Amino acid sequence: MWYYEKKLEYPVKVSTCNPTLAKYLIEQYGGADGELAAALRYLNQRYTIPDKVIGLLTDIGTEEFAHLEMIATMIYKLTKDATPEMMKQAGLDPHYVNHDSALFYHNAAGAPWTATYIQAKGDPIADLYEDIAAEEKARATYQWIINLSDDPDLNDGLKYLREREVVHSQRFREAVEILKEERDKKIFF
Amino acid sequence: MHTLRKYYHPYISPFDPCPPIKVKGYETPPNLYMGFQPPSLPQFEPKKALAYGTLWPALYSPYPSPPVRKEVNE
Ligand SMILES: [Fe+2]
Repeated sequence: MWYYEKKLEYPVKVSTCNPTLAKYLIEQYGGADGELAAALRYLNQRYTIPDKVIGLLTDIGTEEFAHLEMIATMIYKLTKDATPEMMKQAGLDPHYVNHDSALFYHNAAGAPWTATYIQAKGDPIADLYEDIAAEEKARATYQWIINLSDDPDLNDGLKYLREREVVHSQRFREAVEILKEERDKKIFF
Repeated sequence: MHTLRKYYHPYISPFDPCPPIKVKGYETPPNLYMGFQPPSLPQFEPKKALAYGTLWPALYSPYPSPPVRKEVNE
């Protein structure tokens, strides 16, 4: 189970009224390498991973939900006061037609989130390598959004999130090292 | 030489509905440990290499991994 803390992992501030940025940020909300995919990937894989690294997947999967909240907050701030005309100018008219300013799990191109974005192969090494790749892709996505954004306060939050992907990747790599270790070896001959 | 398979003891609940599998295993193929492949490794003779899919014993990963060890369950 989870306890909920009614605050964000890192403060989110958006200083320029530029709803176009929401169009980019939605990639990290409902995209293939976004925070929803990350959270669901790890919290599902953890059941069939060796006991030594279950806790790591639980912790990182949980943190991804905290990141999802930060992204949601950024998108909400950018779109809650946008008029239909502003949504149209931001290229968000297809989103507006379907959702008004409600958030939805789709990527920057409008494709809805799908479970085919994630995997659970059951082979611990294969699953952890997928997780490492996912973290690197999320890091890259943050880079491309930062490159497109000229809002320094928004970018501050995005740089924090990018750094967390670096740390997560490192932890997953350490998990692989743990599973590579020769343990309990003699017992089974 | 590293083992190509590792074993662990998963948590077993007193309330599990089915008889527990006490030891589970997973594959750790040799490429996990090699980093950059060192030059001049020993090679299989060509016919064996063709059959195995690699020139180098150091990269050969038979499956199921021998020696086939029973995943003991008592
Ligand atoms: Fe992450």
